[in-house]
Amino acid sequence: MTETDPVAGIHPVAGAHPVAGTRPVAGTHPVAELAEASSSPSTGSGTAGTGSGTGGTGSGTGGTGTGTGGAGTGNGGTGSGTEETGTGNGGTGTGTGGSTPPAPTGTQSMPFSRALNAGLRASLANSDRVLLMGEDIGRLGGVFRVTEGLQAEFGDRRVLDSPLAESGLVGTAIGLAMVGFRPVVEIQFDGFVFPAFDQITTQLAKLTNRHEGALSLPVVIRIPYGGHIGAVEHHQESPEAYFTHTPGLRVVSPSTPNDAYWMIQDAIDSNDPVIFLEPKARYWQKGEVDLDARALPLHASRIVRRGTDVTLVGHGAMVTTLLQAAAIAESEGTSCEVVDLRSLSPVDYGPILDSVRRTGRMVYAQEAPGFTSLGSEVAATVMEKAFYALEAPVLRVSGFDTPFPPAKLEGVYLPDADRVLEAVDRALTY
Amino acid sequence: MTSDHGFQPEEPVRVLAADGSFSPTPAAERYLPLVDALTDAELEGFYRDMVVIRAFDRQATNLQRQGQLALWPPSYGQEAAQVGSARATRPQDHVFPSYREHVVTRIRGVDPMDIIRLMRGLTHGGWDPYDPRNGNTHIYTLVLGAQTLHATGLGMGLVFDGRTGTGDPDRDEAVIVYYGDGASSEGDVHEAMVFAASYQTPQVFFLQNNQWAISVPVTTQSRTPLHRRGEGYGMPSIAVDGNDVIASYAVTKVALDEARAGGGPRAIEALTYRMGAHTTSDDPTKYRASDEEQSWAKRDPIVRLRAYLESRGASEAFFSDVEAEASAVADDTRVRTNALEGIPATKMFDHVYSEPHPLIDEQRRWLAEYEASFEEGAS
Repeated sequence: MTETDPVAGIHPVAGAHPVAGTRPVAGTHPVAELAEASSSPSTGSGTAGTGSGTGGTGSGTGGTGTGTGGAGTGNGGTGSGTEETGTGNGGTGTGTGGSTPPAPTGTQSMPFSRALNAGLRASLANSDRVLLMGEDIGRLGGVFRVTEGLQAEFGDRRVLDSPLAESGLVGTAIGLAMVGFRPVVEIQFDGFVFPAFDQITTQLAKLTNRHEGALSLPVVIRIPYGGHIGAVEHHQESPEAYFTHTPGLRVVSPSTPNDAYWMIQDAIDSNDPVIFLEPKARYWQKGEVDLDARALPLHASRIVRRGTDVTLVGHGAMVTTLLQAAAIAESEGTSCEVVDLRSLSPVDYGPILDSVRRTGRMVYAQEAPGFTSLGSEVAATVMEKAFYALEAPVLRVSGFDTPFPPAKLEGVYLPDADRVLEAVDRALTY
Repeated sequence: MTSDHGFQPEEPVRVLAADGSFSPTPAAERYLPLVDALTDAELEGFYRDMVVIRAFDRQATNLQRQGQLALWPPSYGQEAAQVGSARATRPQDHVFPSYREHVVTRIRGVDPMDIIRLMRGLTHGGWDPYDPRNGNTHIYTLVLGAQTLHATGLGMGLVFDGRTGTGDPDRDEAVIVYYGDGASSEGDVHEAMVFAASYQTPQVFFLQNNQWAISVPVTTQSRTPLHRRGEGYGMPSIAVDGNDVIASYAVTKVALDEARAGGGPRAIEALTYRMGAHTTSDDPTKYRASDEEQSWAKRDPIVRLRAYLESRGASEAFFSDVEAEASAVADDTRVRTNALEGIPATKMFDHVYSEPHPLIDEQRRWLAEYEASFEEGAS
């Protein structure tokens, strides 16, 4: 290319344009700074009370586990915050003209879906590069109402009711990320993600690698997943293994409102693509949300109940089932420890291995079919890394290797506390 | 010409007849002021672009035959559609090629050796679209049509950020995305057109209809002229003689200008012909007749423009200078290809993620120790 070339020789784009010359990568983005700002009392009204965390932060085994019920973290926020403490950030708030009310602080009890809504709202308020895309997410607020009110608050340029095409959703989200947006895509139901599977696996997952790091793709794909809602076909599935098998993706799944609130924000802040699996059976259950400080990093697993005889591992709605099984086992004299995986890729093996080394036994429970499943991978890894600590093989309790059955049979298909306990008994009798 | 489906294609926009004479079709009328404004230097630049890339393309094909490259998708025959459209872009525009647009990327500033490295198996990408030297040119996409959605999404971003449609042609940005007649059947192309129309992206869908998707003729992809599909999505759409570089330039320039000015997306079907194989793994003699190839050879884009330039008085010195440059580029490509070095095994672990990832770190460490164990054993 010669310098006289009329096209290539001139590059007013870079540098001249405030955005075009800036590659959308880590560090340059205001969101990254916000994570620090939100734990600093220096912004806002100067009232004390933010950032103090409280118990349960830090190490994966810190364990705030309450007994049953899956509320998980429990203990709470500082509660002393009087006025808004700091979500303000330069360059945010397009289209809202500062009318966004201050973010609440302290600890609140709210359903899982409202916690997600609050987390999405916080991310939208924190950075005008965040936008939500999906089918029926605007005026309707999504079929599960997770995005309710967000289009009214942030406008239809931030919360997009997209055409009804999943590949189009993910493919255009990639293009938006290429000019510095942080799109959050909602797939309406687990079984409807597959039209987008090509864009997710051949493009989204690989483009950073293909660009040799020149491009980051901070795209979040929210997928309501799993059974227990008695719905028709394609509405109850657990497709996590397709995504955990795909290098370049991160996959997470919260089980409590507190995790829903924080993990969605952390997923949006991630500079990698994140598949965000929402256990739809948990949408309506309430739990305490600490609005001031996250309990754990995005990719940490967590011991949610202490025990000494058997380690039970699972994610999402299955954590509730495991806690129920643990409560029943306790009444029968067996002490179960329960680990909430939280991050499905990468898996945080530290707390799992710590636990198995103490209990010597492990049962993994999942709604997905068991053959070549995430449970298979975790079981194999635990057997490799904690072989001498094991008193019994790692056992898996899974959905059957059939299509998800008609809803009237879901109670048979989905692992329940009894099936978990059956596996616990087998582990104990080895 | 009537297709075997019986539809009568409209005559495309054409300025130069196959013999190089200036004979615009009726569809070309509205483009003539743009055509008349082209200077000799610009026309000679088009010619140079086409001749140089054909020499490069032939060299790359030969390098593959000699085992230097894993694969090569030749652009032989499609030079006019590519040069005309690429020269119609403005510096601030964004370009999404498919995987055969060698001269498009070169015109935008990409070093063709980056494509050589891709086809040699040294990289999956080749260049950095965010490096200003590369003219906002995105990397090749091998999954057919997938890039059309990325282009549309980027166009949505331009709209949302107010980077287009302001009325300032020096700043307003547009997107052009390339795909082919085979890819036109992919769902992603259709979804891209739906989204583009809904969000009125500043975008040109540039379809090179080279008549063949590997071995399947375009008549299997569509029973209607492909450009008409754009109209179905609500986009102004037009067919152009893709072997006429002047027409390809003019049609693309108008479409990009309109898109940049806020007119929304446009579709162009450039009718051309893939003179070579689909890729070096292909054998066109198994599926198409030589008389078809010969009929398209008579419409060669370089021969056509050369005749026209000669009629305008271009000097013999100009043509020999172009030949010398083409030859030098081809030689240089061979030398630089032979000088390419391998890549370290650990490179596969780089940039799988943008942020640290424990599994990748563990495997990178393991491979290093594994390889080191052989070195220790050898000493």
